[in-house]
Amino acid sequence: MDMAFIIETIVKIVVILLVFSALAGLGTYFERKVLAFMQRRLGPMHVGPFGLLQVAADGIKLFTKEDIIPQNVVKPIFKIAPVITAATAFMAAAAIPFWPQFTVFGYTVHPIVADVNIGILYVLGVMAIGLYGPLLGGMASANKFSLISAARSAAVFISYEVISGLSLLAPLMLVGSLSLIDINNYQAGGIGNWIVWSQPVAFILFWIAAFAETGRTPFHLVANDHEIIDGFGTEYSGMRWGLFFIGEYANMFFISFVIAIIFLGGFGDGSIAGAFQLLLKVAFFFFFFLWTRAAWPDVRPDQLMWLCWKVLMPIAVINVVITGLVMMF
Amino acid sequence: MHSEPLNDRNVSEHSAYYYVDIEEYPTTGWDKFKQVVKRTFRGELFVGLWVVMREMIKFDIHTVKYPLEKLPIGPRYRAVHKLLRLWESGYERCIGCGLCEKICISDCIRMDTKIDENSRKEVTEYSINLGRCIFCGYCAEVCPELAIVHGQRYENGSEQRAHFVIKDDMLTPLDFLTSGQQAEYPGFGAITPNESVTKTPLAY
Repeated sequence: MDMAFIIETIVKIVVILLVFSALAGLGTYFERKVLAFMQRRLGPMHVGPFGLLQVAADGIKLFTKEDIIPQNVVKPIFKIAPVITAATAFMAAAAIPFWPQFTVFGYTVHPIVADVNIGILYVLGVMAIGLYGPLLGGMASANKFSLISAARSAAVFISYEVISGLSLLAPLMLVGSLSLIDINNYQAGGIGNWIVWSQPVAFILFWIAAFAETGRTPFHLVANDHEIIDGFGTEYSGMRWGLFFIGEYANMFFISFVIAIIFLGGFGDGSIAGAFQLLLKVAFFFFFFLWTRAAWPDVRPDQLMWLCWKVLMPIAVINVVITGLVMMF
Repeated sequence: MHSEPLNDRNVSEHSAYYYVDIEEYPTTGWDKFKQVVKRTFRGELFVGLWVVMREMIKFDIHTVKYPLEKLPIGPRYRAVHKLLRLWESGYERCIGCGLCEKICISDCIRMDTKIDENSRKEVTEYSINLGRCIFCGYCAEVCPELAIVHGQRYENGSEQRAHFVIKDDMLTPLDFLTSGQQAEYPGFGAITPNESVTKTPLAY
């Protein structure tokens, strides 16, 4: 293999890791600020201007805290679980085009680590492996709340994989490719070509499933503070808990990218304006994660399962069938 | 307003009580389905989204940044006690009558008096045990000379809380008095500041 290719890929991986680790930290800052403003509070104000350095303070705190391994936990699994969450979150980023290709000093850069032709399948598959973080962490913790959380996370993630997969099937039938770049180029003609117009139902379903798979608030029952403490994170401390956190926030960013690329036209024709539009769309979806957290209550686990299997899955199947019929005739 | 209709707890035309109108719970599957559809498309989730977004846009923040900003407290707030001085002479108002010591229900006021060389009663020691004081305000209420009052000082972080309530700390400093900063406790019969409260004459 070409040495330049290997070096370029490693540089891309490092950049993505650094940028999204930092964004995960900033994401907590934005979440606290947005939630505070929506609840007529001020949020973090004292560390740095407008509390901006709160992120750094929290990072230093997490890094320097004692790494407690409780007595009765299954130690190797307990230790590896947060790494699985963070690692799978970042691995999913490998097939996501964050930016249209651009040329620097005559060298064309593709801002995607691996342009595989099964991109979205890879992204969904790796995000599905992310289930093992909460599941193993919760089961290894020797804590009943963690155990409940592990059981819930297994149920929720596997159920909503069905929704996200089935809802994506219809747009993928239209595009005829699994590569996220092909999906993006399919909609390059402008706002009228966006898949959201031809597949609004799939868009809503995938959006709902995204909330379940990132474990955000209407479907936050995996780590619901008021009933199971912090769920799978109860026994974790220091940077191991921080890895769960980084994984969750990185997942939120990546799933926002995926929604924006598949349904809302991505970076369009690849111009600079299109690239910034992609960032705006991602910012909106990320903001929506925070917005719903301020506005909506959580649903019960049984309601969540009911919603998945009795409502969303039939709708997704009907959507696929109708799309197929329309394409045939 | 007379409360007879409220005393009759039975639901009838004469009483003020009535049953809250609650819809029947759906029993058949079709009714349940209709309820779900109605609730789904009523758009209440968007009302919630709009409410929080409206508050964010209005940006009507209610946070009080406490050590930097303080809320005003009521004029008759009962915080740590103060001993006041006479406005004209600067002499202590306390005449050592001991009424506060007597009325104190948690028995936390302690005072020592003596007759000084002008054959006036002088208060040599005056202390309040803050470990026992319940801030009921009886001492300020009973004081015939408006000498002991409650102040507005509610931030009592200290190594020794006794430091707030020995006589030298409670008594208004003389420079405070001359610059007119001695606050009167606006209770019953309170004087307005700078109104003359004179030393009780010996011949009284």
